[in-house]
Amino acid sequence: MASKVIHAYFNDDDILMQAVKKVKATKHHIEEVYCPFPVHGLDKAMGLAPTRIAITSFMYGCLGLIVAIVMMNYIMIVDWPQDIGGKPSFSYIENMPAFVPIMFEMTVFFAAHLMVITFYLRSRLWPFKKAENPDVRTTDDHFVMEIEVHGDEKGLMTLLQESGAVEINKVEK
Amino acid sequence: MYTFSNRLKIGAIVLMALGILGMGVGFVSVPSTPEEARAMVTAHDDDGHGGTHAEESEHPAAAGEHPDAAEHPAEEAGHAAESEHGASHDEHLMHQLQNRPWSALYVAAFFFFMISLGVLAFYAIQRASQAGWSPLLFRVMEGITSYLVPGGIVIFVIFILSVMHFNHLFLWMDPEVVAEDKLIQGKAGYLNPTFFLIRAAVFLGGWILYREVSRRLSLAQDEAEDNKNFVKNFRWSAGFLVFYLVTESMMSWDWIMSIDPHWFSTLFGWYVFASMMVSGITVIAMVTIYLKSKGYLPDVNDSHIHDLAKFMFGFSIFWTYLWFSQFMLIWYANIPEEVTYFVTRIEDYKLPFFGMVAMNFVFPLLVLMNSDYKRVNWFVIMAGIVILAGHYIDVFNMVMPGTVGDQWFIGIPELGAVCFFAGIFILWVFRSLTKVPLQPKRNPFIEESRHFHY
Repeated sequence: MASKVIHAYFNDDDILMQAVKKVKATKHHIEEVYCPFPVHGLDKAMGLAPTRIAITSFMYGCLGLIVAIVMMNYIMIVDWPQDIGGKPSFSYIENMPAFVPIMFEMTVFFAAHLMVITFYLRSRLWPFKKAENPDVRTTDDHFVMEIEVHGDEKGLMTLLQESGAVEINKVEK
Repeated sequence: MYTFSNRLKIGAIVLMALGILGMGVGFVSVPSTPEEARAMVTAHDDDGHGGTHAEESEHPAAAGEHPDAAEHPAEEAGHAAESEHGASHDEHLMHQLQNRPWSALYVAAFFFFMISLGVLAFYAIQRASQAGWSPLLFRVMEGITSYLVPGGIVIFVIFILSVMHFNHLFLWMDPEVVAEDKLIQGKAGYLNPTFFLIRAAVFLGGWILYREVSRRLSLAQDEAEDNKNFVKNFRWSAGFLVFYLVTESMMSWDWIMSIDPHWFSTLFGWYVFASMMVSGITVIAMVTIYLKSKGYLPDVNDSHIHDLAKFMFGFSIFWTYLWFSQFMLIWYANIPEEVTYFVTRIEDYKLPFFGMVAMNFVFPLLVLMNSDYKRVNWFVIMAGIVILAGHYIDVFNMVMPGTVGDQWFIGIPELGAVCFFAGIFILWVFRSLTKVPLQPKRNPFIEESRHFHY
């Protein structure tokens, strides 16, 4: 189904923020905003839900810790409890200080890498992905707000013009 | 302007009175003869506390092999020579019991002093790094560091009393011990009473000097037309940080590590530093939240609390890192002369030794990890109480094993001393908070701090 969207171009992040607030106030749905750099507070202005990636990271960290403990308990204590330099390998807790560096690193490793991979999956990023930006200028010095059109198209156009858009395009999508 | 609420003032005075009472009980109930000490410990063990203690007292010969031997070589050497093991052991016991109220006093005195010193270091860092978020809290920090003067005097008096042999906190101050102890003799160039007192005076003098100068410049800046005082304060703070890092490290050798004069650790200074830093920041957060809840700090917002809580969280982990680094390196290499330190702690102080790791690491880690919780005031207060208790136990663990050994208990003398110093601390800090407006007037960063949000 072909749907129409409006691409409004801005060349200043402050003006963009004001425009986003205005458009939100008129109940228009902002599909996407393309920025060359992170604009502080834009997510709040757009009303995006907060990210939960820190929570996933915490869980991955716990997983890493468990992997480290189970692995070393099996290798060093259960499978072949050798006397290596007099270290007490009778139980995990007795030899634990020696395992802490690995427990720590595994926790960080899992937390960091799995979180990054989660980020790539959720934001659909991979090496041969086709770039999605509607205009190359959005990676340099322009901001593009993409708005769904329904109903009052004229009103939206004037609103955008008034709020400082330098260019407004109607695009079939 | 802040007015000291009467309830808080009375509370602090009651704490002090209770504390004096508790400490008095501690000093009165000390045994004066070895026989009395023996009787006390036997009775104590019958209470059911610490079965292992009883066992040790039954077998003084076995106690000779106890790792504690390295801590008190003179007395233990005396053991081996004497045929009457029991008598010598009882004397050792008597010294430990006599040390207990003194150690309780010293631990609490140092703990509260360390809080204000940690705040001073944090304050100097904020000034030297020209932090934009914290100027709103400068008066609070200055209020807390005002405790340096009374706290420093108390500590210095304790040292003078130690040098005059009113107590046996520092083994190396006892000439009889030194005469028989080659290792301490070797360290006598550094560990001798005169030099010790001179060093303590220099440390305390330097810290208090910076505190007073910085406070004066900070107040002068409020009335000034230009930023000259601010720049001067910046230079003083940067200079102080250099002085502080050197003296803090030496202070930790002198005041704490020398309690176990046979033991040494290179990162001990940092370890003590981390402990004082995290307790200091915790107290800043708690005082700020208290004053804010009374409506005295209207411009302080959740983001300031959030920042302080982040520091509490970060420094708790930093403390754990140093604690573990010190412990693990010594545990791993297991060199007898170093490892005795931890052997005595794990054998006799199992619960406080590992309990403090839970209180100072696991608890803040889980409680303060969530970004939203760091903005909830009662959460920060709760975490702060646990962290402060944990760091009290940390100081307890550093001091007690070398002075009272396995005769420790957190009872009336210890709680009394904590109450007493908490009382002075509250009284002094809040009294100095009443003296000037709680918000700096024309700090160059005050506007930024007022609008700080995270």
